[in-house]
Amino acid sequence: MKKSMKKLLSLAMAIALAASLTACGSGKTSETTAAGEKAASGESSGAAASGEGSFKIGGIGPITGSTAIYGQAVMRGAELAIEEINADGGINGAQIVYNFQDDENDTEKAVNAYNTLKDWGMQMLVGTVTSAPCIAVGAESSNDNIFQLTPSGSAVDCAKFENQFRVCFSDPNQGAASAQYIGENKLATKVAIIYDSSDVYSSGIHDKFLSEAANQGIEIVSDEAFTADNNTNFSVQLQKAQDSGAELVFLPIYYSQAALILAQAKQMGYEPQFFGCDGLDGLLTVENFDTSLAENVMLLTPFAADAKDELTQKFVTTFKEKYGETPNQFAADGYDAVYAIKAAAEKAAITADMDASAICDALKTSMTEISVNGLTGENMKWSKDGEPDKAPKAVKIVNGVYTAM
Amino acid sequence: MEKSMKINFRLNKTLKSNIITYGIVIAAYIIVQLLVNAGQVSNLMKGLLVPICIYTIMAISLNLTVGILGELSLGHAGFMCVGAFSSALFSISMLDAIPNAGIRFFFAILIGAFFAALAGIVVGIPVLRLRGDYLAIVTLAFGEIIKNVISVVYIGKDASGLHFSTKNAMALNMAKEGTVIINGAQGITGTPKNSTFTIGVILILITLVIVLNLIHSRSGRAIMSVRDNRIAAESIGINITKYKLMAFTISAALAGVAGVLYSHNLSALTATQKNFGYNQSIMILVFVVLGGIGNIRGSMIAAVLLTLLPELLRGLNTYRMLIYAIILIVMMIFNWSPKLIDLRKRYFHKNRAEKERA
Amino acid sequence: MMSFISYFINGLSLGSVYAIIALGYTMVYGIAKMLNFAHGDVIMIGGYVVFTVVSTMGLGPVAGILLAVILCTVLGVVIEGVAYRPLRMASPLAVLITAIGVSYLLQNIALLVFGSNPKSFTSVVTVPALKLLQGKLIISGETIVTIISCIIIMIGLTMFIKKTRAGQAMLAVSEDKGAAQLMGINVDGTIALTFAIGSALAAVAGALLCSAYPTLTPYTGSMPGIKAFVAAVFGGIGSIPGAFIGGLLLGVIENLSKAYISSQLSDAIVFGVLIVVLLVKPTGILGKKINEKV
Repeated sequence: MKKSMKKLLSLAMAIALAASLTACGSGKTSETTAAGEKAASGESSGAAASGEGSFKIGGIGPITGSTAIYGQAVMRGAELAIEEINADGGINGAQIVYNFQDDENDTEKAVNAYNTLKDWGMQMLVGTVTSAPCIAVGAESSNDNIFQLTPSGSAVDCAKFENQFRVCFSDPNQGAASAQYIGENKLATKVAIIYDSSDVYSSGIHDKFLSEAANQGIEIVSDEAFTADNNTNFSVQLQKAQDSGAELVFLPIYYSQAALILAQAKQMGYEPQFFGCDGLDGLLTVENFDTSLAENVMLLTPFAADAKDELTQKFVTTFKEKYGETPNQFAADGYDAVYAIKAAAEKAAITADMDASAICDALKTSMTEISVNGLTGENMKWSKDGEPDKAPKAVKIVNGVYTAM
Repeated sequence: MEKSMKINFRLNKTLKSNIITYGIVIAAYIIVQLLVNAGQVSNLMKGLLVPICIYTIMAISLNLTVGILGELSLGHAGFMCVGAFSSALFSISMLDAIPNAGIRFFFAILIGAFFAALAGIVVGIPVLRLRGDYLAIVTLAFGEIIKNVISVVYIGKDASGLHFSTKNAMALNMAKEGTVIINGAQGITGTPKNSTFTIGVILILITLVIVLNLIHSRSGRAIMSVRDNRIAAESIGINITKYKLMAFTISAALAGVAGVLYSHNLSALTATQKNFGYNQSIMILVFVVLGGIGNIRGSMIAAVLLTLLPELLRGLNTYRMLIYAIILIVMMIFNWSPKLIDLRKRYFHKNRAEKERA
Repeated sequence: MMSFISYFINGLSLGSVYAIIALGYTMVYGIAKMLNFAHGDVIMIGGYVVFTVVSTMGLGPVAGILLAVILCTVLGVVIEGVAYRPLRMASPLAVLITAIGVSYLLQNIALLVFGSNPKSFTSVVTVPALKLLQGKLIISGETIVTIISCIIIMIGLTMFIKKTRAGQAMLAVSEDKGAAQLMGINVDGTIALTFAIGSALAAVAGALLCSAYPTLTPYTGSMPGIKAFVAAVFGGIGSIPGAFIGGLLLGVIENLSKAYISSQLSDAIVFGVLIVVLLVKPTGILGKKINEKV
């Protein structure tokens, strides 16, 4: 019996291999049908009029796994923008079809997701959401010459190639801006840092902050890290900051850990000034978070859900209606990314029947010629190296709401 | 006379079985190449070809530890991590010195295998003194240590050579034009993309040659005797430590080779929980167990199917991991539950009886 | 010096949580001889139940913990009955894989039900912080409650096993399943009871873990689960005082190495110490040496 089972298995493998190859790959000859099948399975709502005259925009990001929150935010933000654009007549008269694929914040999965989207017939990519996958996908997309606009991939290498642009600030940019802000406004001279050394975003900001702090006359009295595997107990890091007499604790981290740090600082009766970057945005929206803990926390962010301008208010209201939660910076980045593509596409007057490479060539130039009024900045412009030109806003949390400073 | 015939017959049987195993790999390679040339393969599948090779090698190599040596290792991804990082470091620093990609990649594979083997020896000497669940947890610990340590390493290169630090990129004290190669947790970016399906398949074949020959050699039989009855093996004078270490080191070296393929397939390499943590080690263990412990061919098949499955289930997105978990549980119960085994036995026996009658 | 005491006490607090989780691991291992990888995820479920009851439904923390204990007990027994019982005769590897499957299953169910956004956990502890030496040393209420409950649970479990019939039955099953059955002990029932107790402990651990480190995601349980597992092995798996000592030591070592060596390498150090201990005493600190026979 054992032998017959073995034979059966070997046979099964051969069949499975062949079947999966043919099932998945209708190849170039019959791309449209393959696209049709794929679209039915993975694609989110959007255009009713899919088919001939529509742009195919792909998205990649983690929507499962421990970083799912960022991917979901971007996915929803972009989805919202696409629905608005489609209701408004689309880009250059063509509707947008949107397909978002999961990468679980893993480089290997991200490349798989990218290939899936290529099979679907993607013409432009909004993604990826997180940095390391973005770098891996960038190598592929530049090779294929597909236009890539990352909403939130902030590592330097995320905009390494000509076809890559980004909506968010780069990490060094934020680190330097933070040090300058603290120095110029004389917020503190003794500063402690707590950062996530296993995270590209956090350590990127941290490194630049360290080197810029020296120029600003800031003394770093305590510089402690944590890792993704050990990110709930901050008693040691906080104790060290307290013992070193730091007046300000710089938190270049994401808000989920920041919420914990604030709570634990309170448990141990430590009340310094806390200062963070755009990763802290979202702090007030953590479910069940005691917002009084965040009182007086300062952060540099391009987006505040409580801003009073019309664009933000409209975005926040529709987002809440549709998804039942307050959008964070990532959702805003996703939303802006789609509108940036729209602006660039209209400037270059591309049409839906162009292939991805031709679109990429056109957009590469037109991206540097547009100016977008978005949620994350007014008059955003892009340089040839893919970096956005916009200024971060400093906000302070007073009575549970952001207040501009 | 009769005895020698029996031995002869047995050799033929293993030879036949080995030829079938090699045959499957070569046949799969030819079929895939034909389909690729005919333009019948989607981009997703093309992208998956190298990962399939990587996980196949990992599964075969872990099967050597789990199936042949009989020790449960939960830190196998750690060796893959060592191979990936050492070879990527080599390739990047030799980018100018060895312009020929083929030769450079060849050396990268050797280097990856060498350092992973070295890690295997370092880990193996203490670990193999332990047994059973204790050994499993210690391999898990070692895997985590390797990953943890690699993510605080900073290595840079400038005119005066390599610089090393465990603090941060600034502490490297490099000249202005120097480049950071390993940037701590941010890992290595810009590894040349040298891994191809053909190289992957060649490496699978080499792996198979090594493992299958080992199993059917004198050393292999010694290793399996340690697995089946340690005390009995010891009493007939088999040097347990030597054979255990040998199997463990070879297994680590092969995992290192898989790591080389991994790092030269993606341009961004970071040591995260996902790719080199215990989750990955467990995934590879799953390949081995589902394919059959000690069954090399089975673990190959399981590796291929389970690498494809999550990607084919992509459409189901949020339910993907849930389905995966349920498949794992159901497969295990199906394979091992006494009631189901009875049921299957009855069915198969009936079949066989019918066949005999006919 | 003051900061050393503070690091140490925080380490004890962390260690107490590990110890409570490790007690669950060690009991299940001692009796069913299996590594229940899903234990950490039962903790996470316990955390979500408390969160739902206290923060969403607005009931008191006591009600939350009680309900969590009840639901986790049921969950533990169901997992054992559905996934592990059919595999009692299977190879240990098959059981381990199934446990891993259950762990992924629980995580993904939580992901679907509660979403991936981290939730801020309201502490179930109402004890005020203790201020010593004119406020130079502050010990939080969570720390006090965690350490005390850990000690109570340890003593309670030891008494239960020594003094009750069910506890004796557990001991018998852990020694020799076959012989225990012949003596009229309901082996399946005893193992189910072990899972029930282990899961109830997990619920308590979940409430305490989330109170001390107030965040809750579907992955909250997995890393503490692994660490507690290491703690159980550290102390000698199968031994109840061993799990207690292992947990406390692990927490203290982790915190002190974070403070004095490197905050990034603390996990590597913890695992390194485990390896050293096992090399000196291959069955853990309080583990029993088993003589193998041919």
